[in-house]
Amino acid sequence: MAVNKEMHVLIVDDYKTMLRILRGLLLQLGFRNVEEADNGATALAKLRGADFGLVISDWNMEPMTGLQLLKAVRAEDKLKKLPFIMVTAESKPENVITAKQAGVSNYIVKPFNAETLKSKMSSVLGPF
Amino acid sequence: MSAFSKEVHDKLDAIQKQPSDVSTDHIISVVRSIMASIEGELSPTDLKIHAELEELSNFIQSTRREIAGLRPSDINQRHIPTATDELSAVVGATEEATGKILDCCSAIETIAATVEGEAASGLIDIVTRIYEACSFQDITGQRITKVVKTLQHIETKIDELLKIIGPEIGAEQEQVSHEDVMEQSRNGTIDEKAHLLNGPQIPQAASTQDEIDALLASFDN
Repeated sequence: MAVNKEMHVLIVDDYKTMLRILRGLLLQLGFRNVEEADNGATALAKLRGADFGLVISDWNMEPMTGLQLLKAVRAEDKLKKLPFIMVTAESKPENVITAKQAGVSNYIVKPFNAETLKSKMSSVLGPF
Repeated sequence: MSAFSKEVHDKLDAIQKQPSDVSTDHIISVVRSIMASIEGELSPTDLKIHAELEELSNFIQSTRREIAGLRPSDINQRHIPTATDELSAVVGATEEATGKILDCCSAIETIAATVEGEAASGLIDIVTRIYEACSFQDITGQRITKVVKTLQHIETKIDELLKIIGPEIGAEQEQVSHEDVMEQSRNGTIDEKAHLLNGPQIPQAASTQDEIDALLASFDN
């Protein structure tokens, strides 16, 4: 099934520059409906309030980290199957293992390029 | 001179000759020797001296404990080296990124040479502004170098403090082994705040995307 590029994508990061970069890259990939949150708690509220097709989240945020957001998403019936890609500078194996155990769909380490973002999104959503 | 007086004099002579080698144990030992010497009927003056010496001894002990609580050895052997490594990584990363931006500017200039009129001058104007903005990297590099030098100065001072206080004060506390951390990540008992919020790794130590992809793929096998 073709990927619906009209889906709503939620990007979560406490650095405005990274949100700007992600939005720009997603636009280049054809995803125009992009919403932002600067921490996990705000992101969770948005996810509960609307239909999203993908979450792309940083890890190291306060008051709620990306891992805590992931666990909260996977704990709710309405959200538990939501594709969730972690995009983070946390690159230690224990981080990757913990995220995988918590149900992350894919994991991108910063800094990343447009090709990597597209590749990991494709592996989660289907080719586009 | 009594044997006791000679003992105290010898200790004071040693302190005077090599003040940089004086440990707090040395000083406490002298103070206690003096206190122990006060015997027989004590005059009000003797009592006052005794009380002040006891207070001095207690103050030295308490200061040692407080300094030990700061874990100065940790600061010197872990936190400051980490900070200087991170700052060096910042300089390296901004230099690399600035280089890429300038490469893009060169490419735009090449394209600008193939167009004419306002489009060409507009492109050149924009490229010029980018060149000017990129000078930030030089300024940030210099500021960070100043910070690194300040940290190195602090490290030197802490080293001197450790020599005075005594080596046992600087002893590092036991760290959780990496094997235990990995086991905790596998069985879901890992403490996120303690072990998973490290931020970017130094480039030489960071896992690559390919390594992370391989680790994720291993879960599917």
